[in-house]
Amino acid sequence: MLSAHDLACERGDRLLFRNLGFELQSGEALMVRGGNGHGKTSLLRILCGLSTPAAGEVRWRNQPIRQAHEQFGREMAYIGHNNGIKDDLTPIENLRLAAALGGRSLDQAQATHALGQVGLARCLDIPARVLSFGQRRRVALAGLMTAGALLWILDEPLTGLDVHGVAMVEQLIRDHVVAGGLAIMTTHQALALDGVTPKTLSVGD
Amino acid sequence: MLRFLFTVIRRDIMLAARRRGDWLTAQFFFVMVVSMFPLGVGPEPSMLRTIGPGVVWVAALLASLLSLGRLFADDFRDGTLEQMLLSPYPNTLLALGKAIAHWLINGIPLLLIAPVLGIQFNLPPEALWILVLSLAIGTPILSLLGSIGAALTLGLRGGGVLVTLLILPLYVPALIFGAGAVEGVLSGTGAEAHLSLLGAFLMMSLLLAPWVSAMALKVSVE
Repeated sequence: MLSAHDLACERGDRLLFRNLGFELQSGEALMVRGGNGHGKTSLLRILCGLSTPAAGEVRWRNQPIRQAHEQFGREMAYIGHNNGIKDDLTPIENLRLAAALGGRSLDQAQATHALGQVGLARCLDIPARVLSFGQRRRVALAGLMTAGALLWILDEPLTGLDVHGVAMVEQLIRDHVVAGGLAIMTTHQALALDGVTPKTLSVGD
Repeated sequence: MLRFLFTVIRRDIMLAARRRGDWLTAQFFFVMVVSMFPLGVGPEPSMLRTIGPGVVWVAALLASLLSLGRLFADDFRDGTLEQMLLSPYPNTLLALGKAIAHWLINGIPLLLIAPVLGIQFNLPPEALWILVLSLAIGTPILSLLGSIGAALTLGLRGGGVLVTLLILPLYVPALIFGAGAVEGVLSGTGAEAHLSLLGAFLMMSLLLAPWVSAMALKVSVE
């Protein structure tokens, strides 16, 4: 479903990685490993289409993602270093707006339900500005749940989360992969995904 | 497609409504700059009438530059811009929606205040009417071209100054034809020619600007 061929990435004059390739099918997870500054985030940004690789290409359902912009946009969800939520809006408004921008409809009840699942039932109608860092991360994760995407690309999803949060993310990823979804993630912590063995990929060695 | 465009516009208006302070700054700036001129130049009516259209137009350019700095910068900082670029719709629509929202939020208030400010310059009623009309055609140009500059300077330090240097030269035709239309009425040669050229310039920016700023956004987030 998702495949990368001979990817290379340059930052300034420095070559971060080259000849990097993999293939990921439905129901598989990929863990990207590598030290700080080795190009994990750069790789994920290339995979989701935000950056252009110096060489090679990324294909989704056998089509280059540049050409399949619309389909790929519908089937892929990305969580980056920034949570992608507006501080001036409440968590509910954030979720509903994100859904509307993605061409989906999400009613009040669905948004409330998703936020309840990530443990934010008490913070539904206060501006995201006053939420803590971890709580904002949870809003982003609720957005991921409601996005209904097949492919998840998660850049350090555990940052700022407490123990329960980490367990919740593990559960989310496991359920998603078991249900036939694809997940690509980077993390410096160990991730316990019972029953799911993620492939691993090392960058920048 | 159209729904996406409307959602982008609705989103920006909603966010501006939550931050009225930011929004009012540019409007007050416009009023202040225009009002300083009669005080500085002196109360000579014929002199004021000559400089009036130009002053209102230049102030409108500066006021729009003031608000352009934040057009994409806030969304860039909190990651929502990335998310919108990854949406299943063409990025050109996103850029167009942002520019339209900028005009609705920052351009329309200028149109409404402009006649009041024009009275300070002793402009006759028919010239006031043309002033509003020229701004109605001209301010969308400012938002559209400005979005290119805002997209290009995204994430750069000192981007605000750079936007000014990049975009002000592009504003020159709008300034010439916009202020020229009002002067045409004052001197009796008519405003049609100037307004038509301004309209043509608007069409051209409507066609090209969203496309260019979408490409600039792509480059800037990379």
